[in-house]
Amino acid sequence: MSQAFNRLDRRAVVARLLAERGEAIVVTGLGSPTYDVAACGDNDRNVYLWGAMGGCAVMALGIALARPDTPVIAVTGDGEMLMGVGSFATIAMQQPKNLTVVVLDNGLYGETGGQASHAVVADLAGIAKASGIEDSRLIDGMDEVNRLAVRATSTANGPCVAVVKIDQTERERVLPTRDGHAIRARARQSLGLSID
Amino acid sequence: MNALHPQPTHASPAGWPGDIFAALKAAKVRQVAYVPDGGHAELIRAVHADPAMVAIPLTTEEEGVALTSGAWLGGDRACLLMQSSGVGNCVNMFSLVRNMGGPFLTFVTMRGEWGEFNPWQVPMGTGTPDAFRLMGVHVLRADKPAEVGPAAAAGIRMAYEGGNAVAVLLGQQLVGAKVFVK
Repeated sequence: MSQAFNRLDRRAVVARLLAERGEAIVVTGLGSPTYDVAACGDNDRNVYLWGAMGGCAVMALGIALARPDTPVIAVTGDGEMLMGVGSFATIAMQQPKNLTVVVLDNGLYGETGGQASHAVVADLAGIAKASGIEDSRLIDGMDEVNRLAVRATSTANGPCVAVVKIDQTERERVLPTRDGHAIRARARQSLGLSID
Repeated sequence: MNALHPQPTHASPAGWPGDIFAALKAAKVRQVAYVPDGGHAELIRAVHADPAMVAIPLTTEEEGVALTSGAWLGGDRACLLMQSSGVGNCVNMFSLVRNMGGPFLTFVTMRGEWGEFNPWQVPMGTGTPDAFRLMGVHVLRADKPAEVGPAAAAGIRMAYEGGNAVAVLLGQQLVGAKVFVK
């Protein structure tokens, strides 16, 4: 694939995406997307994944189906999404109105030495659209990120997948808690649920 | 009808899939994720037909582990229906259940363990209980129709009231070995 994209700064993209997140629940794919979301400031409704590769978007679907009035945003990377690429079709079968999947696509596996990912040849937004998610976008400009930020806090439309082209710069690791029990307890509390 | 295909005597007029459905309804389980299996066909139909439940077909079983964890985080009770061949697909995703805690409940129809014609089913038929135990999932089992309702109730209680990860294995004798006809 030789198409040239304008590649955005991942931290700037995520910061803009989450600046007016309101009540949104944010599920993060392991590795850099977890650090990107943490870099925007901790939040009781951040669900940080440090593993479970391939499970980010479909975990967000489970939350979205349980909380149809709350926006749910999955923020993950191209490698993580590729491992759970069937999730696009699973999401399309449900058509949740409150779920946005944001794939930060730098075309490589940054955590493991920068090996090229299949996103170099595979068009993740095209796969999402062909899987039945009508609003699947490829984003390479901050204006489109601004529009995505509005879209992602809406609960009135169908699901959205946004593949955002980002540069390959490695950023400072901002490490949130790895305690999954604490993460789920505070997320549930913030939703008015019992911790267990 | 032969020794490998016993005609089960049902303990309940609903049949054993109906017993699972009734137990899920009584526990107010809302999200039911599945990869199809012949042994689960009746239960899957019942879930689709129930307006208070959301039936969620998956492309692969590990999606169901992540999805049901999310469902519970959001306040829904959820469970996963699959056959034994899918259990191996879930192994790493169980690390999500182990790390976040909370209930996990799956009903697994067993293949490859009793009069199985297809040898490709046998490795996971043999390995399913160990695969669950390897990842810390408590295993319950029912081999006779009358055992299914109590096993479902026990699994539901351990999962949703105790916050445990539980698999209820439904022995192949319940379903019968699949007959391959040319």
